Order: sequence, then structure tokens, then C-alpha cells
Amino acid sequence: MVRYLLGYIGRQAGRAVANLHQAARLINQTAYWVTIGSFKKGVRVGSLIHEMTAVGFNSIPIVAVIAFCIGMILALQAAYQLRRIGAMVYVADLVCLSIARELGPMLTAIIVAGRSGAAFTAEIGSMKVAEEIDALVTMGLNPIKFLVVPKFMAMLLMLPCLTLLADLTGMVAGGVIGVASLGLDAGVYYQQALRAVAMKDIIGGLVKSLSFACIITLVGVHQGFLVEGGATSVGERTTSSVVTSIFLIILADCFFTTLSYIFT
Amino acid sequence: MTHLPNHNHDPSIATIEVKNLVVHYGPRKILDGVSLRVFPAEILVVLGGSGCGKSTLLRTMLGLLRPTSGQVLIKSKDITRLNEDELLEIRLRTGVLFQSAALFNSMTIEENVSLPLREHTALNDATIKIMSRIKIGLVGLSGYEDFLPSQLSGGMKKRAGLARAISMDPEVLFFDEPSAGLDPITAAGLDDLILKLKKTFKMSIIVVTHELPSVFKIADRIVMMDKGLVIFDGTTEEIKASSIPRVRQFIEREPEGDACQTGQFLEALNCG
Ligand SMILES: Nc1ncnc2c1ncn2[C@@H]1O[C@H](COP(=O)(O)OP(=O)(O)OP(=O)(O)O)[C@@H](O)[C@H]1O
Ligand SMILES: [Mg+2]
Repeated sequence: MVRYLLGYIGRQAGRAVANLHQAARLINQTAYWVTIGSFKKGVRVGSLIHEMTAVGFNSIPIVAVIAFCIGMILALQAAYQLRRIGAMVYVADLVCLSIARELGPMLTAIIVAGRSGAAFTAEIGSMKVAEEIDALVTMGLNPIKFLVVPKFMAMLLMLPCLTLLADLTGMVAGGVIGVASLGLDAGVYYQQALRAVAMKDIIGGLVKSLSFACIITLVGVHQGFLVEGGATSVGERTTSSVVTSIFLIILADCFFTTLSYIFT
Repeated sequence: MTHLPNHNHDPSIATIEVKNLVVHYGPRKILDGVSLRVFPAEILVVLGGSGCGKSTLLRTMLGLLRPTSGQVLIKSKDITRLNEDELLEIRLRTGVLFQSAALFNSMTIEENVSLPLREHTALNDATIKIMSRIKIGLVGLSGYEDFLPSQLSGGMKKRAGLARAISMDPEVLFFDEPSAGLDPITAAGLDDLILKLKKTFKMSIIVVTHELPSVFKIADRIVMMDKGLVIFDGTTEEIKASSIPRVRQFIEREPEGDACQTGQFLEALNCG
């Protein structure tokens, strides 16, 4: 029994180390092809545009709708508390600050992890099952350069843009609720929001979203390359891709927020 | 028991030479010292039962899998010791048709076929278009240039995959089960195509298969594998005359001994 357990732990640990090793190689190669490699050999512009459309443009509606809802929810919850102390005008501070610093980047990252991260895994996974990755290699085309780099660059470019969109939509939604049902004046909300949110809040959020972009792409792509066998494996890896991304996003956010709390 | 190959060829002119290849998947030994040679303008058929390691051999010869020991010499270079950059030169001169055709699903047939040309040559678009259309015509798919792979039948996909494999005019061509899952007429068409390629382009062609009719039609030489070992290496006539039990069993399509004990089962039924 003990031997069985130890054996199990050993095998799991071995697998984890092998996975880590693979992930490190993936990160290493991706870093090379995104930087030096793309200067030397160029970027596949067509694929980049295609991925940017898939990752960025097609996510606009869902990101906007969810950010709008979150802005509304925040405004209503804030009003609930602030009404009691008669400080309704601070609804603007609360909504805009929490969206710019936390909710905008994180929500966008989670939506994109569910949409595009999962799509990355499914695409690469099914290519692996259908021997398409092997075909790429035998044709002398590097799968990292060919498949991963356009996704990585598209994600790095589009996730901050989507985050800005989410920030803006969420703040406007807070204003809409403020004016429509809390009796705030639009001008007052606007002035208060401008006073509350500093440039560094927005930029801090964007920096976070860059790190989330790395997490989503690398996890999605890595899980895709781990697919073995058939369609079941693609499904399992896709689930695991989304769960791992979201977990790491929240972990990273936790880390960043702690850091900025300590240093300000 | 191993049949000694009687080559009419001079070993030094071999396009590919595989020497004592040993390959493991984890702890399992799949290939146990496989050696074979492929000569210019020759079709070599690798024959063997399911799971005997044919695809593994092919993947090792393509540099997709590193062997535990042994060598794969292509043009006297040991590809198992080369890194990806050095392999590139050899990859540009080999074409592969995978078992599932492995066309890129998001690209049209023409884009699939022209991809290697676009990535590896400095030709202009018009030339690439003409060249890929010639290859598409050669496999009999003219008119399907703008179709997506999902809009083609299995046999058409195989032919499109073949057009892509030959788009760079390779010197060596690998096929993994070209006729698996095709009807006899389509399969025969593919065999003719393979013969035509050998004749017109003088390619060395390696075909992995277990379809006997097509083996006898296309093979110049046959290598038969069993349990990770080469048990036969010779011509079509030689294999037909071979007395090795496993080879005889394969070409006469006898089932595995005692695979299903029908007699005993019926007896048990009668008694009950
Ligand atoms: N990725 C893998 N991991 C572990 N074992 C594998 C893997 N691929 C194949 N094998 C094992 O290697 C052995 C040989 O497989 P291979 O695919 O080379 O057989 P094959 O001769 O091509 O069979 P078939 O004619 O059915 O295609 C099989 O027993 C299989 O279980
Ligand atoms: Mg096989």
C-alpha cells in the first residue's frame, strides 16, 4: 500500500518535472522567435492579422457587455453602502478605481482565457492529433514560429486594448447607473472620476494585462502540444488550459496587487 | 532465420541507409535493431502487422523521433545527430504523405500545396501559383484548388497531401499507409500515381503498408518487419517463394494461431 502510494507520487512528480521541462523549452523558444527570430526571419503578417481578429476584434462584444454589467453592479453595491453615510458622489471613485486597477484587466483576461486560450489549445491539439504538427516539422517549418508566435503577438497587442475597452465601458456603466437611478449629476460623476483615477492606475492595469497575455498564450499553447492520442485528449487539455490560465491569472493578480500595496 | 538480402545494388549509392536502429517508447522497446537500405529510383515497401513498429520506423527516419541507438544515414549524413537547422536542408529534399494526409484545415488545397514553396523559396506569387497548379493537376485534382480539405473525400485528401509532399520536387518520398481506408479503385489509382512519380521524377520512395495487392503492384523491394525486427528483405518474387513461416502466414492471410478457439467454444455450447 505504502509502496503503491510512493510509486504513484513518484510517477506524478516525474510527469510534473517533464511537463515543466517542456514548458521551459516552449517559453525559451517562443521568447527567441518573438524577439530575435522575428527580426531575422520576419513575422507572418497574414497569420498575425488573422489571430488579432480572432483574439481581439471578435471579443469586443462580450468584453463590452460583461464590463458594462460589472460597472452597473459595482455602482449599485457602492451606492448601497455610501448612501448610509451620505457620500453618494464617491460612487464614482469606487467604481472607476476598482475597474481600472483590478476588475478591468482581470475580467478581460478571464474572458479571453475562456475564448481564445481554449481555442489555442483546441487548435494545436487537433493539429497534433491529425499529424499536422508532424507535417509542419517535416516540411521544415518550425511550429513555434508558424503557430505560436502570431498568437503570442496578437495576444500581447490585443489584450491591453480589450482591457482599455473594458475600463472605459465599466466606468461609463457606473455613470449611467449613477445618473439614472442614484440621482447623481453626469458632470459631477465625470469630474469625480477624473479626480479619482490617476494615469498610473490605468497603466498599472495595462502592465498586468500584458502579463496575463503571456499566461493565456503560453498555457493554451503548451496544453495544446501536450495532447496525445485522440479527441478526448483535446477536450481534457482544453478544460485544463482554461482552468490553469484562470488560476495563474488570479495568482499573478494577487502578486501584483500585494506588490503595489507594499510599495505605495 | 533472417533472410539475407541479396542486393543487386552497390551499398555505397544508397539514398537512405538505416543501421541497427533501436527505438524505445518509454521503457518499451519498439524497434530492436532494424537495418535497411533504400536506393535511388526505387520503391521500397515496408510490410508488417499492426503495431510492429512501421510508423515508428518512419517517424525515426524523418527525424521526428530520436532513436536510443543506431543511425539513419541520408545522403551519408546521420540525421539522428543533426540539430533542427542542419536537418532543414534534408527536410527540403524529402516529402511525406501521412496516414491521415495531415492537410492544414484552415487553408485551401492550393494554399496547402504552395505553402512549402512560399516559405522556402524566393519565387514570386505567379510562379508559385503555376507550380502548385501543376502538382495539383498531376494528382488529378484540377478544379479543386479553392476547396478546403474538409470539403474533399478521403481519397482526394490523400491525393492533395501527395501534391503537397511533391511540391518541392523531393528526392525521397515517404508514404504511411497510402491506401488505408480507400476503396480498391481509388487505392489502385494512388498506386499508379506512385509508380508514375518514380518513373518521371526518379524519386526514392518508401511505402509503409499492409495492403498486399498494392504491395505486389508497386514494390521493387520489400522489407518485412515483425516485433521490431526485419525478418525479410528481398524482391516480390522472393517473398512469394519465401519459406519463413511468419512471411508465409502474412502473404497467405492466415489468422494468428488459436486467436479464437471456435472449436472449443462450439463444444462447450453443445455440452451445455
Ligand atoms: N506515442 C506513443 N507512445 C507510446 N507507445 C507508442 C506510441 N506510438 C506507438 N506506440 C507503440 O509502438 C508500437 C508500434 O507502433 P506503430 O505505430 O509504429 O505501429 P505500426 O506498425 O505503424 O502499426 P499500424 O500498422 O497499425 O499503423 C505499438 O505497440 C504502439 O503501442
Ligand atoms: Mg502505422
